[in-house]
Amino acid sequence: MGSPMKIRAAVKDGITEVKILMGHAMETGLRKDAAGALVPAWFITEVTAKHQGKVVLEAQFGTAVSKDPYLVFRFKGGAKGEKVSVSWLDNKGDTRSDEVEITEKV
Amino acid sequence: MYTRIILTLALAIPCLAIAGDDKSAEEIAKYREMVSDGNPAELDEMRGEELWKTAAGTKKASLEKCDLGKGAGVVKGVYAELPRYFADTKRVQDLESRLLTCMTTLQGIPEADITSKPFSTNNYKSDIEGLVAYVVGQSKGMKMAVSLKHPKEKEAYEIGKRIFFYRAGPYDFSCATCHSENGRRIRLQDLPNLTTNIGAQRAYTTWPAYRVSQGLFRSFQWRINDCFRQQRFPEPVFGSELTVALTLFLAANANDAVYDGPAIKR
Amino acid sequence: MVNLERRQALKTGGALGLWGVFASLGLMPSFAHAEWNKTLFSAKSMNEALDLIGAVLPETSGDIQLNVPEIAENGAVVPISVSSSLPNATQIMVFVDKNPNVLAANFNLPAGTETFVTTRVKMGQTATVIVLVKADGKLYRAAKEVKVTQGGCGG
Repeated sequence: MGSPMKIRAAVKDGITEVKILMGHAMETGLRKDAAGALVPAWFITEVTAKHQGKVVLEAQFGTAVSKDPYLVFRFKGGAKGEKVSVSWLDNKGDTRSDEVEITEKV
Repeated sequence: MYTRIILTLALAIPCLAIAGDDKSAEEIAKYREMVSDGNPAELDEMRGEELWKTAAGTKKASLEKCDLGKGAGVVKGVYAELPRYFADTKRVQDLESRLLTCMTTLQGIPEADITSKPFSTNNYKSDIEGLVAYVVGQSKGMKMAVSLKHPKEKEAYEIGKRIFFYRAGPYDFSCATCHSENGRRIRLQDLPNLTTNIGAQRAYTTWPAYRVSQGLFRSFQWRINDCFRQQRFPEPVFGSELTVALTLFLAANANDAVYDGPAIKR
Repeated sequence: MVNLERRQALKTGGALGLWGVFASLGLMPSFAHAEWNKTLFSAKSMNEALDLIGAVLPETSGDIQLNVPEIAENGAVVPISVSSSLPNATQIMVFVDKNPNVLAANFNLPAGTETFVTTRVKMGQTATVIVLVKADGKLYRAAKEVKVTQGGCGG
């Protein structure tokens, strides 16, 4: 199981902004280690975000997404206390899901 | 002496892809601004908070009784006042050496278990570095207020200052060689003049930091060790009197500035 | 269910849309795990990627805002922000033309999700970031060069 994500979801003027930090090595498979051996590719392939169970974003990543991926998106709606959940899947089949409550942005 | 420095800097020039004219500086400032939103150091802060609250070691204790200077368990604002003198250990301690005290005495973790691998790598996450991330994050927005009242604090400041100007190693380097003049640069990196209040403030308040080039959160002890490495000095002992003194010298020079770590750096 | 929405997207997305190509390659996802398109994410050039999508390089559009730094101090982290006022946008694709695999990320935007995304990508060298936005089944483009200064030679 992957390490916990840091998710923030804040609503303002009817738009919820979600900021996600995922802890992941995002190895390209092209990098060599100190001994000169290729480090195998290991990266998040899919990210799904849901608001109250409804999908609000689906992302597919390639190897070029930076280590410890950061993702920001916005959707219409969302109210304080409602839930935003995010899950990812990597190329080794590892997954991680986390959830936060929407706050009001001041 | 000067020839040597110029020679060393010249060797670094092939790495310099773009000259640092005003336009470039502006664009790099924009880049830094853009990456500062969404600092992966926040993941280390989360990890550190969990470690702080979780029972560990032979004594099965959390660190919630650890006194970082403002009373047992207080984390908020402590980093802005570190290093400081601690009566129980009768010495000046920085965050890392104090965490070491808490982890060994309160949790019963053998010191060597911590100090043998204090820094994270691509395949290893250091507990003490995670704890550092959590603690320093709890001082974000607070004014640096390092005390120089206790005789031991005064002494540490003077030792730190001497270390800062101490020239040694095969290149006859000191910290001051790179960090005591305005406008010095290695490649695109402007080097802060740490002998001035403003230079020390800018540098100290943005460490520890997530290093983009390494994809890792780096503690202040790591920062100092890396300076020593670049000076071709031997690696200092973790939490030693020497690094604590140097840290106190720099921290006190940054007094009155608002602490803004953990930051994100190239 | 994710899958059901995907199928609806396919029906409404036009024969030359990305999902249409997925279907024609036999890659139409039947469950979450298979949705990542290995072929497209392994494309070595923009031309190859466009062939796989079944599109020619679309016109640049003034309705797409692509915010990238002109100079990236470190190619390991290049911040990218895309937004667009194009109506009925359903997809954002981010490419780096000189990367070993050109497609960096794809975003599917369900109805109600703003045409906005911020992320970070790796760039091996100075290259052009190309963004394709699909709106009303049609692709639009925005592109900007990012100069990468290698910072990997010291502390």
